[in-house]
Amino acid sequence: MSLLQSLQARDRVFDFMAPAASRVDVRHGPILYMEDVTVSFDGFKAINKLNLTIDDGELRCIIGPNGAGKTTMMDIITGKTRPTEGSVWFGSRHNLLQMNEPEIASLGIGRKFQKPTVFEALSVFENLELAMAADKRIFPTLTARMTGEIKDRIEEVLETIGLTGLRFQLAGILSHGQKQWLEIGMLLMQRPRLLLVDEPVAGMTEQEMERTGELLTSLAGKQSVVVVEHDMGFVRSIARKVTVLHQGSVLAEGSMNEVSNDPNVVEVYLGADDEEIA
Amino acid sequence: MSQATSSRFWLIRPFGERATQVFLGVLLAALVIVTVLHVAVPQGSPLHVNAYTVNLFGKYLSYALLAVAVDLVWGYLGILSLGHGAFFAIGGYAMGMYLMRQIGDRGTYGHPVLPDFMVFLNWESLPWYWQGFDMAWFAFAMVLLAPGLLALVFGFLAFRSRVTGVYLSIITQALTFALMLAFFRNEMGFGGNNGLTDFREILGFNLRSSDTRLGLFLASGVALALGYLLCRAVVTSKLGRVCVATRDAEARTRFIGYRVERFQLFVFVVSAMLAGVAGALYVPQVGIINPSEFSPLFSIEIVLWVALGGRATLYGAVIGAILVNYAKTVFTGVMPDAWLFALGGLFVLVTVLLPKGVAGLLHTRRRASMSDKTPHKEATA
Repeated sequence: MSLLQSLQARDRVFDFMAPAASRVDVRHGPILYMEDVTVSFDGFKAINKLNLTIDDGELRCIIGPNGAGKTTMMDIITGKTRPTEGSVWFGSRHNLLQMNEPEIASLGIGRKFQKPTVFEALSVFENLELAMAADKRIFPTLTARMTGEIKDRIEEVLETIGLTGLRFQLAGILSHGQKQWLEIGMLLMQRPRLLLVDEPVAGMTEQEMERTGELLTSLAGKQSVVVVEHDMGFVRSIARKVTVLHQGSVLAEGSMNEVSNDPNVVEVYLGADDEEIA
Repeated sequence: MSQATSSRFWLIRPFGERATQVFLGVLLAALVIVTVLHVAVPQGSPLHVNAYTVNLFGKYLSYALLAVAVDLVWGYLGILSLGHGAFFAIGGYAMGMYLMRQIGDRGTYGHPVLPDFMVFLNWESLPWYWQGFDMAWFAFAMVLLAPGLLALVFGFLAFRSRVTGVYLSIITQALTFALMLAFFRNEMGFGGNNGLTDFREILGFNLRSSDTRLGLFLASGVALALGYLLCRAVVTSKLGRVCVATRDAEARTRFIGYRVERFQLFVFVVSAMLAGVAGALYVPQVGIINPSEFSPLFSIEIVLWVALGGRATLYGAVIGAILVNYAKTVFTGVMPDAWLFALGGLFVLVTVLLPKGVAGLLHTRRRASMSDKTPHKEATA
């Protein structure tokens, strides 16, 4: 039956021609689905029966004390770490546990690491150009030409990350915050479906934090965004839904208000250090 | 601005650049002036350029091409090759083998096929790897293929194992040193420490005539122009920007999906082939190729030319190669013992005073005049 349906489909006749990211099946809602995931390092369970569902287009903040398993969770999604048990699905078609890192990246899962790394000797524009989803073999790269389409795409991302005026500047002279935005822009050039962002506002000024918050909220909807962050003020300002991790599993989930009033959360995390929620 | 030009076909892109236009203009003018002063000005005149000087300039131009090849891998890809002399020498040997076969039966021993040194060693027949070098097309193909193949095998092993930085520099030194020792052996069949010499003709032209020397000088100039254009086309392409990205943040480049080791290998092989061409132009002009071209010192000297001229500009490499070799010619004529001290002193001075080399001087001035125009450009973009 489903075969018949797929034969009748006219919007995408050849599956292999479509960009990998568009093949992600989100008809059932979630773009990321983790069930009963456990990772143990020599008996220590860094992740313990974790269940997490991210909807398509959602902006989700993940908080939790140090050692709660936030980074390990990101590593599992990107294929860097293999869980001992459990299942991880991207859409309802792709089993991430059967794929390697480059395959997962080409599916449209982009990850931004804490420390920004941009190509300092190249301009902002060129940084985005290199990051763009394209044929990255030698000869196509050598003969690649700048087309209007590519230019439009780069301008669009420049607009999104607010660096339009700096497009011809070398990335090396950007401020810390601007480098972070450029790096988010480089991820966007690959047209991701899911963005994993690790501590985006560490070391930023107030204004930079505010703009980062606006940037991340504007990205949600077009793609799903998962933000891991320590700064409670920042999380409060952007989050619609927050997941609290503790000792490798989900302790609470809901709006920031619900979560910060949850007695379990207050006990293990927020209550321990009142200043942090203020 | 690369954005403005990069919609063009990659090979013609450099023609749109100011630096390339100036470089080609200066090179062309130099070739024309030397030719006119050599041919049209009578010998007695103080303006006359004699055959010896033409020959010397030809040698400088082949060195300049070698320096461009080194700048391509060092300046843009960040691979400090201290063994590029090996590719230069192999290209030179390929040309030398062709020139040896051209001698025919006019050698001292008068053997119709075997070069003199083989007769001297009592060899019965030509070794297999000397076959085909009597044909110009084959020998000229080998000038490209032999260094290219060596670079391909060496680079494949090195880059696949992610050997970079100082370690790569050291093994390139070891490579050229090992080849030097190998070529010193008579059993290798490349003339041992005497190398290949006593050449007579190239493509039917007498190598000792001043017209042939002028022709070789012009050929070196054309090869330099073409080599420069090719490298320029590579570095202004998207591939060139991947190279710069690799140089500055290799892991990040890999992470955004480029197979870094393949890009390194490609550029390394192109560079080795250019070095081979430079060697092939050098040998008929100096009339000899011997294992000293493999010497690690020579390879280090090439790197010095590039450093003095300025990295990652390509024209800086040309300026460096010509300046240093001209200084060498002058110094070794006046005070032969002082040359190495002068070279060392020059290097220290440039490193301290001009960290970006001679080209850095030109570059900063150009940048300054360009930044005046930038706001205007952005407004119209």
